[in-house]
Amino acid sequence: MNLVRIIIVRLATTIVTLLGAAVIVFFVIRVVPGNPIAMMLPPGATDADIARLTALYGLDKSIPEQFVIWLTRALQGDFGTSISLRQPVMPLVLGRLPATLELSIFALVLAVMIGGTMALTGTRFRGTRTEAGIDVANGVGLSIPDFLWALVLILLFGVLVPVFYVSGRISPSLDLPFVTQFYVFESLVRLRFDLWWDLLKHMFMPALALAIPLAAIIGQLLKQSLKETMHLDYVVLARTKGYGENHVILFEALRNAVLPTLTLVGVQFTFLIGGTVIIERLFSYEGLGNMAIDAVINRDLPLIQGIVIVFALLFTVINLVVDMTYAFLNPRLRHA
Amino acid sequence: MTAFLEIENLSASLKRQRVRMLRSVSLSVAAGEVHGLVGESGAGKSMIGKAVLGILPAALAIDEGEIRLDGEDLLAMRPADRRRAIGAKAALIPQDPLTALNPSHCIGPQITGRLVDILGWDKRKADMRARELLAEVNIDDPDRVMASYPFELSGGMRQRVLIASAFAANPKLIVADEPTTALDVTVQKQILKLIREMQARHGTAMLFVTHDLGVVSKICQRLSVLYAGKVLEQATIAEFFADPKHAYSRALLAATPKYTDPGSSLVPVDSSVTDLVAAEIEAVDEGWRLAR
Repeated sequence: MNLVRIIIVRLATTIVTLLGAAVIVFFVIRVVPGNPIAMMLPPGATDADIARLTALYGLDKSIPEQFVIWLTRALQGDFGTSISLRQPVMPLVLGRLPATLELSIFALVLAVMIGGTMALTGTRFRGTRTEAGIDVANGVGLSIPDFLWALVLILLFGVLVPVFYVSGRISPSLDLPFVTQFYVFESLVRLRFDLWWDLLKHMFMPALALAIPLAAIIGQLLKQSLKETMHLDYVVLARTKGYGENHVILFEALRNAVLPTLTLVGVQFTFLIGGTVIIERLFSYEGLGNMAIDAVINRDLPLIQGIVIVFALLFTVINLVVDMTYAFLNPRLRHA
Repeated sequence: MTAFLEIENLSASLKRQRVRMLRSVSLSVAAGEVHGLVGESGAGKSMIGKAVLGILPAALAIDEGEIRLDGEDLLAMRPADRRRAIGAKAALIPQDPLTALNPSHCIGPQITGRLVDILGWDKRKADMRARELLAEVNIDDPDRVMASYPFELSGGMRQRVLIASAFAANPKLIVADEPTTALDVTVQKQILKLIREMQARHGTAMLFVTHDLGVVSKICQRLSVLYAGKVLEQATIAEFFADPKHAYSRALLAATPKYTDPGSSLVPVDSSVTDLVAAEIEAVDEGWRLAR
């Protein structure tokens, strides 16, 4: 398989995925009860008013007709106007996307750090009480969902020991010099560590809540895979060369043991992003997920469609990154 | 001649089940000598090699005995010192070349790692040494091989690489753990010849684990016959093949297929012989249990 073919296949699947997601969402949100127009008008609006507004948003046509119109415009970059916010959909969605991306990536970094430490420690002290303790911690991390962790964290670090902020993305009192929506990144580039720290104090709890279940999965799977690798011939051979336990785990076993975990982390990361919808709501974090909930409550059909398309595109990109990392770590694929 | 490896009364058992796996094994290998360890599967021949190299599975514990490598008692050392001593003075030629090389590292570092990381060699000097060794094991293009990943090499090539790697630090002792069993028959012969040449050239002491008496007769000077972790007979090759002392050794020799007479049927080891051996082992264990 050469690179060009891989890219073509990948692009084709991406287009099919996006189209599929668009079709499903488009039809489902129109079949589900609830009328966006009724929510916009005050009580006592006449039938004529309702009809006029319905026609304005094109909702008087049949659903397939509406879809063709939407798709034609979407292909030209026009995703319509949000019904509830009365602004073009794409700028709204893209304005919120960076906040969610920063939160998700921070959560992923936390998950990898925590899960990786658990796995390495568990392997280093395998068969001891330390490993048993790590297994218990992983079990607890896995069996409690992210939104419950959010509540636990709010109680711990928001109420009992209030060290982190429980709501928002950044303190409103601060004056913001940002030109992009990537606040965390931009604050670092601008060397505004005060802003960066404030952002982190807001992001920490939602990110940790999202990270804990994933960390448990990584910890469990990577430990299992590491322990199996430790018995393999090349690891045993490395021991006879005089290498100690730590070196053997980190430099002989880890890289090979990471591969099966990596695939799963890619899949789980998309679940994590799905989790931001509820977590952002809980922490009043101004991201895409929070916007998605508002859009659904308001039956804001164009906005929901826009958000779903962006999420779908994001998931495809993540899968691509995972595949590329996989190829980078596995010499067999890299040189093929 | 000085003995590079001396094992005295080495006993090991499974920790949990308290099952004895090695029963007072004693043997010594002199410089330049190849000592064969033969026996059936599960007789403990590989285990002796693993005990010497400090890679016994965690479920096994050494109960008593001494392993002296180049005069130093390995079992009396602190674990970190023992590891270093083994890395500096001993090496393993593993059984399966397909699984014994790390798939995500290039060949070069897998040969030079011991020299650079453990023995503190200069990187460039270690690379030169690796190139030299690869040439010695008849690899035409050492530079290309050193930059290759294991999956790019054939089984025979990988075993050559592993042999080169074993000789990298000029070890006093090499444990060859059935080094030809996993290979293609046509390659087996070449690899065996190569191991013998390398061993002779470097004057290394070698512990050669195999179940193939034919191989033993070609490469070893002495051998130990093992059964259930006990040494039943120790002899020079000439003595053993001319006049095996133990009934089990005779049965083992009789069970060796004869390529000169393909029509002959295979002879199993007679149960009266294994019963005899079992009784001998029971007697040894009796003494062991009384001593506790």
